[in-house]
Amino acid sequence: MYAYDELDRTLLNERVSEFRDQVKRRLSGELTEDEFKILRLQNGVYLQLHAYMFRVAIPYGTLSSKQLRQLAHVARRYDRGYGHFTTRQNIQYNWIKLSELPDALADLAEVGIHAMQTSGNNTRNVTSDQWAGVAPGEVDDPRIWSELLRQYTTLHPEFSFLPRKFKIAITASAHDRAAIKIHDIGLRLYKNDEGELGFEVLVGGGLGRTPFIAKTIKQFVHRRDILSYVEAIMRVYNQYGRRDNIYKARIKILVHELGIDKFAREVDEEWQHIRDSALAVEDAAIEEIRSRFTYPKYEKLPHMPDELKQAAHDPLFERWRRNSVFTHKAQGYSIVTISLKPIGAPPGDATAEQMDALADIADRYSFGEIRVGHEQNLALPHVAKRDLPALWKALDRIGLATPNVNLVSDIIACPGLDYCSLANARSIPIAQELTRRFANHDTANLIGRLHINISGCINACGHHHVGHIGILGVEKNGEEFYQITIGGRADEQAQMGTLIGPAVPYGEVADVVEDIVEAYLALRDSQEELFVDTVKRLGVEPFKERVYATR
Amino acid sequence: MTSPLQQKIKITGPSVVTANRTADGVVIWRTGSKGWSLDLADAAIVRTADDARALLAEAIEDDLGAIGAYIAPVEVRDGGKVLPGNLRERIRVKGLTIEMPVPA
Repeated sequence: MYAYDELDRTLLNERVSEFRDQVKRRLSGELTEDEFKILRLQNGVYLQLHAYMFRVAIPYGTLSSKQLRQLAHVARRYDRGYGHFTTRQNIQYNWIKLSELPDALADLAEVGIHAMQTSGNNTRNVTSDQWAGVAPGEVDDPRIWSELLRQYTTLHPEFSFLPRKFKIAITASAHDRAAIKIHDIGLRLYKNDEGELGFEVLVGGGLGRTPFIAKTIKQFVHRRDILSYVEAIMRVYNQYGRRDNIYKARIKILVHELGIDKFAREVDEEWQHIRDSALAVEDAAIEEIRSRFTYPKYEKLPHMPDELKQAAHDPLFERWRRNSVFTHKAQGYSIVTISLKPIGAPPGDATAEQMDALADIADRYSFGEIRVGHEQNLALPHVAKRDLPALWKALDRIGLATPNVNLVSDIIACPGLDYCSLANARSIPIAQELTRRFANHDTANLIGRLHINISGCINACGHHHVGHIGILGVEKNGEEFYQITIGGRADEQAQMGTLIGPAVPYGEVADVVEDIVEAYLALRDSQEELFVDTVKRLGVEPFKERVYATR
Repeated sequence: MTSPLQQKIKITGPSVVTANRTADGVVIWRTGSKGWSLDLADAAIVRTADDARALLAEAIEDDLGAIGAYIAPVEVRDGGKVLPGNLRERIRVKGLTIEMPVPA
């Protein structure tokens, strides 16, 4: 966990006071909506179909139990008793009242949480690997660098009015769990041949209307130079990014139009002016940030404790363990992913009661720490293996032991037309129906790893382009239709999915997905070949044939 | 069902002006007496583009009471019952098409 200092606390409190005054002036008529809109957006407040939506930042997806309890409190006191965890490791509340927002923000500030830069044309919440600091083989904790960037970008005057929003993600593992290739800037922390720590810098990734996989702009940027290099990229973007057309305003369009080589030359030229400036990151500064992260004092524990051996006789426990428990860097400990995808429930939602209970569970079994992943699941990062059986029972009691992590019913979905004013079609009911179709665990297990991502419009909050199966809601003559893509992925081999054919109506989506999955089971060359690899080997044609032959 | 925030205004049938109440975001409809109602049945119905634009312009002037005003289609049944004209508006009138995690 990162401990805020007095400067951080003062900043948050001043920000709350400022927004309280702004809301007061809006409600008195002193500020018009045109004047107020940018102010509310800078504090994470959108207008949705039924009410205001309030998006709260969870920097690099790390929460303390105390913070999670406060998120539960806000859900209960100011909303309708639940929250929605997003693909940016944030949480959204869907029913907040503008008049009560300053109080909600003040309550969140008590535990060091805020909503700054969760919307608007600035640098958004810097995201990272939800297993940061505990994943085996990681070269460093990427949250240290995420925090450096968070401090640097928060309320940065030069970058508070960019052409469009700007998203940065960081990973420090060979396997990319942070989806860095679909970000404006993706940073891969690694050691070069000389053993020096630095970053591969990728730029120009993103989804939405015009999707692009990020390109490597520089293979190695020394850690000392990372701020100046990021600033050089943002300066070039700020200067040349399209402000005349919202659909062409993201950096991905600029990189595409200039070409990565020319864009890189522009960045390099800018960088030469600033790389030896105050932006140079001294190791002492990094160590100061590192010192404010607290790490558990792990015990020396056996790899296979008796408790785990005994519990292995329970097939239900074993099913959950195989599915939800992952290798930790410390012997005797595990990382536990908590599925927020119960069968038939909206993906990513958690009730205040679940959040409170989970905070207690985290205190008991995970040194009081919880993580949020971009797949809209949570994780407990430091669970002693001896505690796994007890943890499983505790999670099951609050409905959070669904053994479907990374399986077909572990679906990413945006709020869709049920909540969102931009959506063309519903996402959640499609996800719910699919989870019911694939509720049988043996079937889901037979299918293996398969990510379904659903977006209710082209803005792609549900990351449909990079779903193994992607589902995009569109509108045709007043009816909901859905385009289906297959073969996308968001990891280190990130690529966009390929459209398999004409959009299908709402009522047929689940049947089509079942057809695709059945085709995969018939076509795969072994049980080990994942869906996405079968698509890569055979292309989309066999799947297309199966889906459209009878339609 | 394309978001009204993303489309040009066009009138193809009976329409109303709807918005969200500033203080709490609740869905409201513009009435014929220059006010707002929580009930679609109270909404002023317009049938021509000129009338719709006039009603919208008047609604937008009430910047303190409501935000995000736009023209939405409705269906007027025999007997005068007014129903929302598309799925988006049905969801705004009737609420989510799914069960909420915590019953309201």
